[in-house]
Amino acid sequence: MTDSMTETAHGAHDDVHHPSDWDYVKIAGWLAFFTAIEVGTYFFEDTAPRWALFAVLTFLMIIKFIMVGAYFMHLKYDTPWFRRIFTAGVVLAIGVYLIFFLAFDLFGLG
Amino acid sequence: MAITEDRPLALEAGESTKTVERPLGALSRPQSDVGWASWFTTVDHKKIGIMYGVGSMFFFLFGGVEALLIRIQLSAPGNTFLSESLYNQVFTMHGVTMIFLVIMPMAAAFANYLLPLQVGARDVAFPRLNAFSFWCWLAGAIFLNTSWFLGGAPDGGWFAYAPNTSVTFAPGSGMDFYAIGLQIAGIASLVSAINLIVTVLNMRAPGMTLMKMPIFTWMMLVVQFLLLFAVPVITIALFLLTFDRSFGANFFNVEAGGSPLLWQHLFWIFGHPEVYILILPAFGIISEIIPTFSRKPIFGYPFMVGSGIAIGFMGWGVWAHHMFVSGLGPISVAAFSMSTMLIAVPTGVKILNWLATMWGGRLRFNTAMLFAVGVIAMFTIGGLSGVTHAAAPSDTQQTDTYYIVAHFHYVIFGGALLGMFGGFYFWWPKIFGHKLNEKWGKANYWLMLIGFNITFGPMHILGLQGMARRHHSYASEDGFTFWNGIVSLGAFVIGLGVLAFLINIVISARAAKKNPVDVGPDPWDARSLEWSTASPTPVHNFDVDPVVEYQDDWWHRKWGENEDGKIVRKAFPADIAQDGSATDVHLPSPSYWPLVLSFSLPLIGYAIIFTLWLLIPAGALFIASFLGWALEPADDPEAAHGHDNHGHGHDDHDGDGDDHDDAAADEGASVV
Amino acid sequence: MTVMAMTTTTPLLTKEPPLSDTSLTPTESDAAAADLAEEIHDHEVATAPPEAALTGGHGTTTGISNNKLMMWVFLGSECLLFGALISTYLLYKERFQDKFGDDNPLGPSEIFDIPFTSVSSFVLLGSSLTMVLALSAISRADYHRFRVWTLTTAALGTTFIAGQIYEFTEFNEKGLGWSTNIFGSAFYTLTGFHGVHVSLGIVMLLATYIMHKQGRLNQDKAETVEIVGLYWHFVDIVWILIFTVIYLFPQ
Repeated sequence: MTDSMTETAHGAHDDVHHPSDWDYVKIAGWLAFFTAIEVGTYFFEDTAPRWALFAVLTFLMIIKFIMVGAYFMHLKYDTPWFRRIFTAGVVLAIGVYLIFFLAFDLFGLG
Repeated sequence: MAITEDRPLALEAGESTKTVERPLGALSRPQSDVGWASWFTTVDHKKIGIMYGVGSMFFFLFGGVEALLIRIQLSAPGNTFLSESLYNQVFTMHGVTMIFLVIMPMAAAFANYLLPLQVGARDVAFPRLNAFSFWCWLAGAIFLNTSWFLGGAPDGGWFAYAPNTSVTFAPGSGMDFYAIGLQIAGIASLVSAINLIVTVLNMRAPGMTLMKMPIFTWMMLVVQFLLLFAVPVITIALFLLTFDRSFGANFFNVEAGGSPLLWQHLFWIFGHPEVYILILPAFGIISEIIPTFSRKPIFGYPFMVGSGIAIGFMGWGVWAHHMFVSGLGPISVAAFSMSTMLIAVPTGVKILNWLATMWGGRLRFNTAMLFAVGVIAMFTIGGLSGVTHAAAPSDTQQTDTYYIVAHFHYVIFGGALLGMFGGFYFWWPKIFGHKLNEKWGKANYWLMLIGFNITFGPMHILGLQGMARRHHSYASEDGFTFWNGIVSLGAFVIGLGVLAFLINIVISARAAKKNPVDVGPDPWDARSLEWSTASPTPVHNFDVDPVVEYQDDWWHRKWGENEDGKIVRKAFPADIAQDGSATDVHLPSPSYWPLVLSFSLPLIGYAIIFTLWLLIPAGALFIASFLGWALEPADDPEAAHGHDNHGHGHDDHDGDGDDHDDAAADEGASVV
Repeated sequence: MTVMAMTTTTPLLTKEPPLSDTSLTPTESDAAAADLAEEIHDHEVATAPPEAALTGGHGTTTGISNNKLMMWVFLGSECLLFGALISTYLLYKERFQDKFGDDNPLGPSEIFDIPFTSVSSFVLLGSSLTMVLALSAISRADYHRFRVWTLTTAALGTTFIAGQIYEFTEFNEKGLGWSTNIFGSAFYTLTGFHGVHVSLGIVMLLATYIMHKQGRLNQDKAETVEIVGLYWHFVDIVWILIFTVIYLFPQ
């Protein structure tokens, strides 16, 4: 019964892989690249179909969200508890507010 | 460039890897944990729980008086006992008081006192933050009630529908007090939720897995998650209202395109999880009482846990059943109608499990058990009327009538409040070292139960006859007169029941002083860890961390099974309980700052309502108390140890002159 | 734990134990009590200072530190907070455009300056990188780099806020104030809340810097920096959402 205590007695850092500083710079590079694409859609606002712009922007937004969370916030390497709690908040927020929009007949739905 | 290396890189001369602990900050922390003044600086979860209990009882009397005023006004047709304007204030404040200043803090009283004990911990994760939650709640409660003297209380209903509550239709500062007062109380709830979640997840005794925790702990954990996610939503709604009222925003300005439905959605996205926040603590309490006085374990423990989680989860998908007649449109109405019907299922599971627990048990109907059984019966009635609301067509007739008032009083009063009264009777000996008197307890129970049914039963009829809510009076030709008379009579019977409770408190305390009876650690032969300590609970809770092997572990230490499968006693409580005699247990030190910080918040509120110049002293106090809190030492080396108030030096294991073991404390003290 | 054998003939019901019974002799009860007492005392007495022991994952059930768990739990609640603000904005942007026309000079399509705000976005994104580099530095006791990256993060954050203030004054001069219409109210409230969060983050960064200079924040307390970092990254994530949903989605 005391085993669960002792085996987790060390902090999460001791035996867990951490990205190196250079890894962080690379991730930041990707984030900047994605942001540049996102900003680029601004210049295609009148030429590209709206659905395509929405799709690209939403997709990139989600990728960036996950990358910052997984790497900068260390969620990928930390205990699952953090993932669970944060995901619960995100999923709940998306779910509740999506229903909210549907009830308002937003975007032609509902 | 690894993040961690076995040896740090070469350091600049003189810099260490260790943090220097400054012995004491600018203001040393208060030392004493005895005496009346110590209550203002305490961070002990038990004292904080008691203060929540006293505070909530006080406001219960306030809200009860407000209820009696309503009932006097409605006892006869065309009555002018209260003016229309005053009536609006009284029923608004009755609702706000009972929900935010009674039921929620009363549940917090039980949660604060019991959760650390039930998981086998010494205190909550963040003791000063815990004290702050209490004082912050109290500050908000007092702030809200100063509105009576400062221009009128809020009068827009407890749900404060905008734009009815905008400056155009609710001039005066009443609704500002509402918005800001609830913001302050909301901060208290959110902070407390974070605290208790970390406590339950992180501070359980060795061996206590989540599925070995008491049901009360589980229900309170679900409640904390509900608070965590629901309070931010009402926070935004209240900000939007304040921005409109005090700072010229346009959120609920219909000409500018604002939507009244925005308020309703945001409010009820909070408001529906809120009702589960109100009821789940009571469900947890009776889940402790019923097994104890049926002398059987709770039936279907995993289902009790799972249904609690299911209620918490599904509660997010039903909110618009409060808005069936607001013009949502048929698809939304149908969807929410169906989800609302579904949510009855997990509650039904709980009711079956409580009944199954009692079935075949050796039942003992003392006052606590009476209240618990009362909850099952009353909540079932309220739940049945709730099912009729779930069907949108019938709700269209029922909404805004007294039928709804009947429903929510059956579930909140008959469910949540009766449950918590049961909790008072159950845990009183643990908290205060003596039991409440059983005769007066039964008088309390029957007067409350009968009075309650006389009051709220006929409201179903009145509602179906068409009596509308929130109306100052009714005409004699409406045909409501008879039942309203009965209802008002019942309200006073409830009052007698409450009086019986207060009398019980006083005479029980007096009797205990005159003829002290040692109730022992475990007067009820109960099941969870709080009963394994002395009564009243020692200040440091446990002498040693309990090691947990079973769910209902304390029970298993007392009773076992022999070869024939028969239950035999293994030990008597007095022999195996922890007697509280340890003298070397570190306790978190008391602190001034939670109190001081809390009272800067109403000042900010007064600044917004009356004059922004007040922001200067308010802001200064806020920042000063924030800094005071952050800068005071996390733990005073001179602090009291256990109950003996010895000086320091017991635990100076590494010989460096203070009580911290630097090896163990290498991550340093927490900020909060 | 061994169970004591029944030694009397008192009949016991199978379902519930007796309320008072004589089935346990005094010596058996003592033995049981002694067994239990021994088991308890084998376990460590809680003597460590409570708050100190609770950080760093030492002695916590999950192995995570209380402070770090607290921050994640808080961030969970913040999702609902910003969700409400973003939802209110989207609702009111649509309603504004429906009611007052898409080409309203005080509406989103006319008033936003995407290139300018894009620069702000890169600034905040960069600050997330410098934040994580600051954490990395203090974790290996590289205090010089910690100081540099922490101040850089604060500076980038301040630059972002300055950009926001400039942007708001520009909009205000063009006629879009907080009280002008529902779009203005919703826009300023959402970005204002975000800006306040960034500002509080800057205060926390400077606080860690000052604490470090006073010798109160070194490698052993790196977790404090990590926790401030979590908050900072979250604020950056919210900006990712705001920037995309408000500025970049085609109006």
